[in-house]
Amino acid sequence: MGKTLAEKIWAEHVVRQVEGEPDLLYIDLHLIHEVTSPQAFDGLRLANRKVRRADLTIATEDHNVPTLNIDKPIADPVSKLQVDTLRANCKEFGIRIHSLGDKDQGVVHVVGPQLGITQPGMTIVCGDSHTSTHGAFGALAFGIGTSEVEHVLATQTLPLQRPKTMAINIDGALKPGVTSKDIILAVIAKIGTGGGQGYVIEYRGSAIRALSMESRMTVCNMSIEAGARAGLIAPDQTTFDYIKGKPHAPEDFDAAVAYWSTLFTDKDAKFDVEVSLDANELEPFVTWGTNPGQGLPLSGKVPNPADITDTEARTAAERALVYMGLEAGTALKSIAIDTVFLGSCTNGRIEDLRAAAEILKGKKIASSLRMLVVPGSARVRLEAEAEGLDKTFIDAGAEWRNAGCSMCLGMNPDQLAVGERSASTSNRNFEGRQGKGGRTHLVSPLVAAATALRGTLSSPADL
Amino acid sequence: MEKFIQHTGTGVPLRRSNVDTDQIIPAVYLKRVTRSGFEDGLFAAWRNDPEFVLNQDAFKNGTVLVAGADFGTGSSREHAVWALQNYGFKVVISSRFADIFRGNSLKGGLLTVILDIAEVEALWAAIEADPSISITVDLQTRTVSYLGKSLPFAIDDYTRWRLMEGLDDIGLTMKQTESIDSFEKARTSLKPKTLPIKS
Repeated sequence: MGKTLAEKIWAEHVVRQVEGEPDLLYIDLHLIHEVTSPQAFDGLRLANRKVRRADLTIATEDHNVPTLNIDKPIADPVSKLQVDTLRANCKEFGIRIHSLGDKDQGVVHVVGPQLGITQPGMTIVCGDSHTSTHGAFGALAFGIGTSEVEHVLATQTLPLQRPKTMAINIDGALKPGVTSKDIILAVIAKIGTGGGQGYVIEYRGSAIRALSMESRMTVCNMSIEAGARAGLIAPDQTTFDYIKGKPHAPEDFDAAVAYWSTLFTDKDAKFDVEVSLDANELEPFVTWGTNPGQGLPLSGKVPNPADITDTEARTAAERALVYMGLEAGTALKSIAIDTVFLGSCTNGRIEDLRAAAEILKGKKIASSLRMLVVPGSARVRLEAEAEGLDKTFIDAGAEWRNAGCSMCLGMNPDQLAVGERSASTSNRNFEGRQGKGGRTHLVSPLVAAATALRGTLSSPADL
Repeated sequence: MEKFIQHTGTGVPLRRSNVDTDQIIPAVYLKRVTRSGFEDGLFAAWRNDPEFVLNQDAFKNGTVLVAGADFGTGSSREHAVWALQNYGFKVVISSRFADIFRGNSLKGGLLTVILDIAEVEALWAAIEADPSISITVDLQTRTVSYLGKSLPFAIDDYTRWRLMEGLDDIGLTMKQTESIDSFEKARTSLKPKTLPIKS
């Protein structure tokens, strides 16, 4: 029987396989940031261990950095200590770091691909659950905890239980105004936040093949919101074209393409589970609740918990409506928004900014709200400025910020106030995720821009 | 890592599903560079509510957290495990855990036990009826017992052995350095390196 793509990549990285023990897997690339690494470096020092492969490791500052006044010292002393600790650790252990002010600083999952160090067939880890983003290149990429960060630093390997495989087949063509963000929100609503637990998801089908690299990253990015540690898309010409010319693209590009072209699921391979979705039927999607599975087409209404048969889901919906301050039956498009956030590892790349700017061009955002535009990396910011997108955003009344995770997780000063409601292109609508008491609706960049203009949740078709 | 063989304590019923790691510890509490002191951030938003289970005297000294399905979803932050441990929890019981959280917990010696949802419901009811009942979680026999009941749970032999011996993974992997060396020798040169820096 043939192998799935995930099984092929797994098999190529097994260092040691013993019955009754987890496989020991080699890690090709380790991405590091300031929040989940300090305790790992401390662990190395305590045990007098070294970093085994600094040349397969790269660090940047993203979660905890300000997006304003980045030329000045970080104002919050606790945040400053964490960033300074990362810088000192990288210096001590000889690890490459892109710090604030550097053109390759930015959200770790935007930085890897833009440097060309994210490539097909690799194993990639990072102490961040959205590492699944890199799966868009046909790499097996997943988030790890700090103990595992330390393990990879010391050994360049991880002991792992082999995951099961799930295929999500998405065929058809997306309607205008529907994006890859809507695909993944629809997937999560269908299989649930636990549906992918224990699986690596491979996204397949004509709708996936038609997506750009950046749109594919958006899909894989939110695999974790469906419970799957990793999501994959087989590499193809779109992938090869994207990598070509990037700083760390392979020198022998033809040889690399020949290898990458072997990375696909065999025709006779069998997935443990298969799920299908019709791209033709998808609409712009939005979440109404406090987990990413609580989403609906934007044309819908806030659901009535009484209509939900599963007890646990009903209780969760009741809680969510209270937290979100929403009434059952309210048209989603009538919900007024206070803050629009465009950015994050989900939707903070240049295509996302272009798509939103296209809608905002020559118009003004509603006076009832604020809009934050946070490029995924300093390089994305420079690229946007070269295209004049910054001017479009500023002229429309939005704030043009520096790169970082920003309001996606509200760790830096970019936060929602209690009761404040956002339309956010990020990945999590958990209670308090964007600031204590803040209320989040997850949307695509197109819906974010249309919402900014109208003041209520809107799709471009409503303009 | 401390050995985990058996733990006996009282329970804390957390009747919520989809408790994500942002709820277990919000991002603003993740700025520390140590592994300790995270107990203040544990369920920070909910602890403002006097009715919240951890604010009730009857559950103040509980060491076995019994939670709804899909516990630990979301962010990979191991701080969630540390916050639970720093607070005093030794065991978390749920019908389903998110993969990364479960991995982190078992690395760090916080035992996560999977029971059927019906068994979780029964345990909630028992703890709520009498918060002082003693719950024993035994890794040797792979059972959770309370009020004369004994419920088996599954955990793979390797992880169980590692927890019972109190071994950390890095030390174990370091013994396989020869295998890693030979894997690296055979590794294709097509794979990228982060150094030297190219621009």
